[in-house]
Amino acid sequence: MANFTPQGVLTELQPIFEEVLEQPGLAVTRNSSSWNTPNWDSLAHIDLIEMSERHFGVKFSLNELQDLKEVGDLIDLILAKKSEQAPK
Amino acid sequence: MLDLDLCSINDILMKRRGLRRQLSGVPGLQDLRVAVLGGTTTDEVVNLLELLLLANGFRPVFHQSEYGRFYEEAVHNPQVLIDFKPDLVYLHTSCLNLRHAPPLNCVESDLPKYLLAECNRYREIWTSLETNLSCQVIQNNFEMPPHSILGNLDAVASGGQARFLGELNVAFAREAAKRPKLLLQDIHGLSARMGAKQWFDWKRYFSYKILHTAEANLEIARSLNAMIKAIYGKSRKVLVLDLDNTLWGGIIGDDGVDKIQIGRETAVSEVYTAFQEYCLALRNRGILLAVCSKNDEEIAKSGFEHPSSILKLEHFSCFKANWEPKHENILAIAKELNLGPDSFVFIDDNPAERALVAAQVPGIAVPDVGSDVSLFAEVIIQGRYFEAVSLSNEDLERAALYANNQQRSAFEAQFANYGEYLDSLEMVAEIDAFQPVYLDRIAQLTNKTNQFNLTTRRYTLAEMESVLHDPQYISLYGKLSDRFGDHGLISIVIARKELQALHIDLWLMSCRVLKRDMELAMLDAIVERALENGIKTIYGYYVPTKKNGMVADFYSKLGFVPVSSADSSAAEGATAWTLRLADYSKRSKHIKVREYENG
Repeated sequence: MANFTPQGVLTELQPIFEEVLEQPGLAVTRNSSSWNTPNWDSLAHIDLIEMSERHFGVKFSLNELQDLKEVGDLIDLILAKKSEQAPK
Repeated sequence: MLDLDLCSINDILMKRRGLRRQLSGVPGLQDLRVAVLGGTTTDEVVNLLELLLLANGFRPVFHQSEYGRFYEEAVHNPQVLIDFKPDLVYLHTSCLNLRHAPPLNCVESDLPKYLLAECNRYREIWTSLETNLSCQVIQNNFEMPPHSILGNLDAVASGGQARFLGELNVAFAREAAKRPKLLLQDIHGLSARMGAKQWFDWKRYFSYKILHTAEANLEIARSLNAMIKAIYGKSRKVLVLDLDNTLWGGIIGDDGVDKIQIGRETAVSEVYTAFQEYCLALRNRGILLAVCSKNDEEIAKSGFEHPSSILKLEHFSCFKANWEPKHENILAIAKELNLGPDSFVFIDDNPAERALVAAQVPGIAVPDVGSDVSLFAEVIIQGRYFEAVSLSNEDLERAALYANNQQRSAFEAQFANYGEYLDSLEMVAEIDAFQPVYLDRIAQLTNKTNQFNLTTRRYTLAEMESVLHDPQYISLYGKLSDRFGDHGLISIVIARKELQALHIDLWLMSCRVLKRDMELAMLDAIVERALENGIKTIYGYYVPTKKNGMVADFYSKLGFVPVSSADSSAAEGATAWTLRLADYSKRSKHIKVREYENG
């Protein structure tokens, strides 16, 4: 892991989205959201968050979860969390 | 293949959908309709349970109540449930769903009123489900409250929530003991073993109304899966054990009985003693123990003569110590005990032996116990292999009974003529129409017997009750005992009268009384009652399943003749048979038969 660039995080999120949304080869972009992505319903959303948290070893707060709409938001949030975790 | 009984939630989350597709394609899955009535969001538990059930031979279909409306759906609007026709209802509620918790200033004399009010709300639910659905209901009890407002006093004061939930759990247990269709899932125990901090997930609760962590939901689903397997007779029955470095430390063939590590003298020997005590506790609740070890038999057996050995030779229902490959010995054990290897759990400290047995013996559970014996019991417990829905006297006596069976086999060898052997057993059967006192056992046996079962039709307790009262049916149960012990109720027949014909819808027998001519005694009883009812012809049916090949030619052996079935909807390979009663003479010669005797 440890490839903490926006593109690196997106690459690692890709298989999680393919698995949860049951769409092998799905093209996930920063703009992907429940509005424009098939199978992304509220239950899939829960799994996406749960598995992203587990994969990257981060925990999102309630406020952060509430504002999370697009994959870009998720990537930025993960990057912010990882930089907080990084040894100073 | 992932070991779903023991793997982590992370493995499952990432592979669940693929596994689901793969397992759904397995042929021969048994349909199972499960209604889940939840007090919080139940989707995650349902998804995990679906996967586990698929891996255990079920094809589950779920209905989930609208969010939080478990009471309303069960009591006020049961039609949705009635239409769904569930085989099973799971009521998943938590302390967040309490309606009658006592106030902090509750006085001791008022506490019973609150308990009664809360319990009555659930009684209403259970009674409505029993009346409207007559299927099995699983209700969880309560975890301890997440916040103890009163600190330690929470468990003491009559207004304390921990005190209230503890008493409510006792009240639930008493209800479950009284209601044959209500099973209690011990979420109190599950959550305590995991710890409240790993159990509750407040962020997910406030975001999505999922109360538990994914880890907790997996434990809940695994425990449900074990209960459902137990209901359907799929719990395991035999623990097969290696010897060297599993039941004692060291290699007995090299070190000798005096040098093996067992006893209380060192930490290492205490570990083996503790594991032997655990095995003995399983044996005392009806799980059979068997040995499968690479050793010389005499030397292996001498290990149990060690003065500190907790286990003695007589605790084992089967003992295989030789130099044949272990998977062959396990198949031999299965044959000797008359049980499928899919009811076995194999414990060995050697990973190579585990891999061989897992690959060569279909259906056997081979948990990865590692090599640290202090953890073996924990892994076996986590696998939930031996779940039971009730503890019958039969369970408690089963271990003793199998020991008797072994004596019986030894005894058998002395007779040249099988009939002479059967006579020497001094068998007495009790055969009669269904009696209310036996209905539970009749339903239990009907739903778990797979091998000697001509049609494998399943009946609920309620359906059995109606068979008992309906004059259109001739129902029979058979019990058998002999000079070595009582086998209990082991055979069931349900036959339907139609003018001068009698159709045998169900005929089954427990495999533990195979080759005892019990089936002939049952046939005599069927014919006797048929003749009393003016029946001229009996029809028997065989419906093949994966497990009942042993009775494919059963009717043929009894002298029935095949008839072509007019029923075009009959299952593939199903056969129909007929027997004319005009010149029937009694078949059973070695069993003394009597009827039901009250008390």
